[in-house]
Amino acid sequence: MASSMRLSDYKTDVHNDWCPGCGDFAILNAVQLALAELRIERHRAVVFSGIGCSGKTPHYINVYGIHTLHGRVLPFAIGAKLANPQLEVIAVGGDGDGYGIGAGHFVNAGRRNIDITYIVFNNGVYGLTKGQASPTLKLGLKTKSLPKPNINQGINPIMIALAAGYTFIARAYSYDVKYTKDIILKAIKHRGLALVDVLQPCPTYNDIYTREWFAGMDRVDEKGKSIPRIYKLEDQGYDPVVHSNDEDETQAKMMQTIAKSNEWADRIPIGVFYQNEHIPTYDDRISNRIPNYRTNPPALQEIERDGKASADISRLLNEMRSSYV
Amino acid sequence: MINMRRNGISWVIGGPQGSGVDTAASIFAKACALGNLHIFGKREYHSNIKGEHSYFTILVSSNHVRAHVDTIDVLAVFDTETLFRHAPYVSSDGMIVYDESILGHSIDSIPTIDSTSRSRSIELLEHHALGRDTDDMLKAVAMKGVKTYSIPCNNILEDITKKRNEPSLSKLTRLVNMIIVTASVALLDYNYDMLVNAIRYTFRARKSLADMNIEAATYTYNYTKARYDVDEIPLRLHAREYEDNTLLIQGNQSIALGKITAGCRYQSYYPITPASDESEFLEANEVIDESNAILVVQTEDEIAAITSAIGAALAGSRASTSTSGPGFSLMAEALGWAGINEVPVVVTLYQRAGPSTGLPTRHEQGDLLFAVHAGHGEFPRIVIASGDVEEAFYDTIRAFNYAERYQLPVIHIVDKALANSIVTCSMFDTSKVSIDRGRLVDHIDGAYKRFDLRDTISPRIRLGTSDVVFWNTGDEHDELGHITEDPELRISMMDKRMKKLELILDDLSDEEKAIMYDYGSDATIVTWGSCKGAVLDAIDMLREDGIRLNCLYIKLLHPFPSQLVANMLRSTRMLIDVEMNHTAQLSALLRNSIQKDADYHIVKYNGRPISSSEVYNTLKGIMEGKIKDRRVVLRHGV
Repeated sequence: MASSMRLSDYKTDVHNDWCPGCGDFAILNAVQLALAELRIERHRAVVFSGIGCSGKTPHYINVYGIHTLHGRVLPFAIGAKLANPQLEVIAVGGDGDGYGIGAGHFVNAGRRNIDITYIVFNNGVYGLTKGQASPTLKLGLKTKSLPKPNINQGINPIMIALAAGYTFIARAYSYDVKYTKDIILKAIKHRGLALVDVLQPCPTYNDIYTREWFAGMDRVDEKGKSIPRIYKLEDQGYDPVVHSNDEDETQAKMMQTIAKSNEWADRIPIGVFYQNEHIPTYDDRISNRIPNYRTNPPALQEIERDGKASADISRLLNEMRSSYV
Repeated sequence: MINMRRNGISWVIGGPQGSGVDTAASIFAKACALGNLHIFGKREYHSNIKGEHSYFTILVSSNHVRAHVDTIDVLAVFDTETLFRHAPYVSSDGMIVYDESILGHSIDSIPTIDSTSRSRSIELLEHHALGRDTDDMLKAVAMKGVKTYSIPCNNILEDITKKRNEPSLSKLTRLVNMIIVTASVALLDYNYDMLVNAIRYTFRARKSLADMNIEAATYTYNYTKARYDVDEIPLRLHAREYEDNTLLIQGNQSIALGKITAGCRYQSYYPITPASDESEFLEANEVIDESNAILVVQTEDEIAAITSAIGAALAGSRASTSTSGPGFSLMAEALGWAGINEVPVVVTLYQRAGPSTGLPTRHEQGDLLFAVHAGHGEFPRIVIASGDVEEAFYDTIRAFNYAERYQLPVIHIVDKALANSIVTCSMFDTSKVSIDRGRLVDHIDGAYKRFDLRDTISPRIRLGTSDVVFWNTGDEHDELGHITEDPELRISMMDKRMKKLELILDDLSDEEKAIMYDYGSDATIVTWGSCKGAVLDAIDMLREDGIRLNCLYIKLLHPFPSQLVANMLRSTRMLIDVEMNHTAQLSALLRNSIQKDADYHIVKYNGRPISSSEVYNTLKGIMEGKIKDRRVVLRHGV
């Protein structure tokens, strides 16, 4: 099966009801391209999603697809990955889903460094409920369906992810499908918890962070050419990787991540901000306690034989005997 | 006051939290169990780490005992608060064993005593025209016949310190508990060997502590026997011939063992009293044997607890989470997700007194209707409740079988009283247990529809199963699991899911639904959960008085076994509901399902578990026509 995987194998025939021009299409394509390029067998992959437009993503991908609750995509995905670490788990969701209602899960997932990929569709608004401000919308902005300018500050998800302990932190821009695919590919290959925050225009409700705005069409150089806001970190010689398990190097890589994460408006970096594979993953940690965890994980244990319980609790019962000393 | 002596000896120890009350009580319980005696132990504690009053009641008997009683036969005291709180309940032929250093302290010097206990003690003291000191309280109870025994704990400690050549006396202060427990054991003329072995067992991981405690026990045992004439004491506790078929176990441990046996391999939890003990026990025993291990995950909140358990269940693991009311409230949305996606997941709901934070370490059965209705919209679920520690083991396994057989969430209701009870019960028989994974399959031939409408229960596969995939969504779905808003498909899917409720009622045996303890009476008590023990013990006591009552004990709360319950109540003329909440929630289910209300409601909601004494007194009052009120509120509690 694996060798013959083509892009079309990862597509379903479910009607896609996203708005024309939505940035979600490009992210969907990038995920499918990444799965095809990695030749991940359909049954080995599970895409989990939250609620909102992005929540519909799994229905369009022909692998196991679990469309969960608002804000809860990470714990659903984590439960499945822990029960069977052999699964390739990808979680997707909106910025409201992940950084708003699901913020507690977003932060706490970092403590565990579970080997999954989390892709956030970041468009600054709650699209499916008609354009309210999301956690990433900047203070004072008034997107078109807001009755008043945004009274809250926008959060910096890259910095939160770093503080929480994510070991792969990247940003992509959805209209660059190939680049988004490359980033997702790296995130999937990364050993540990990976965040890919994808800047994604909402053509219906976010009339500020538009395709044209990202492309810098509102400003021109001396030749009359627009100056794009988006630039790629690696084009500036940026190296996100913590190469040695060294405190000083780790500190330095964290500091440059923070600095780059604060760039916005005039110049917006995309690419991998930070990658550190020296932190033990959650399944490394579990394997230290439960030696055969990876080969005999919770989901695959034979818990019964001919209808009888396979677990032997006689040792525990013996210690609880009234007569035991 | 009724003489409870026929039911055994009620032994109580109390003290400030963090002073080793639990350890002392565990040693006494173990000593009794080693002597092949039956015990029922109840633990009471404040929401506090150090300083507030906690106590342990142990009813010990040569008969099977299922609940505590209100009267105290032996009160073991090493702090002033324990004396003031509990002395008024010591029976006239009971005794108080106390550390002499409590003498000379006024009730007014205790900042932690609550006003109810304080008023009760002061009333008793004033009734006897006495002062407000510990000495006065001892005099007051002595007037009704209670024997009091002073033990000079400090002198004993000093002697031991000299003997051990231990420079620091303070290291040994925790031995005061041991000294008082030992004195009570000696005064009851109970076997010294049992006590020593109980100490050895309790401190089996710390030999030096065991040795020190045994030394204190030996010294105190001999001292007490030499100083006091135990023949003047009417209470006797003697070890019985050895039988090796009982366990000494707590409720939360029994449920944990049930989960391991059931094949639960993923347990998530967020710390909450009284549910966390179970998860901690599971984590401590995570590697079960060579091929079985349970993964215990402490999540960031209860929402993550249940949703990660659902994720694990989708991957194919038997999965559960344990919580109490506040946590369960947070799980309501996810329950519906499991319902609509037909995911087998088990929630063990340890009720405590609500609403909100309520009485966080105290008991109540206030979440019955919430468990039945939690979540928006309509979806099938099973709600079962256990009434005692032994039953909880088997019910836990049933909960997982139900969850997989019917592909739905199962809520297993227990409560603080059951979780923190320590009892002797029959050895668990794992050969009686079966594991039924329902329609879980390893492969699918041809196309796969997760929600195939041809069956009520469709074949279920693990995430990762080769050659096929499926989808789930919290939206209404089609047979493949994709979103739909098609009105006809909606009806079909709702019907498919809700039909499980009929299937469950058809499938389950009567004893899985409800049990009638039929003593040929036309008056029946109806109850559920951990009230069972107090009711059954009270019924036995009443039978000795010539009053016969039946007990209908309901285990399956949802779907409600209406037909069976109606049949069982056919010849009942008087129905008495006993439960631990304000509104008599079981009665609401009865009214709704069999259009019958109880004639009397005996309820309790002061946070303290119901005792057999209270049930006995109230039922006797009703049966003798002395209680006219249709709603009786029980109030005992310290």
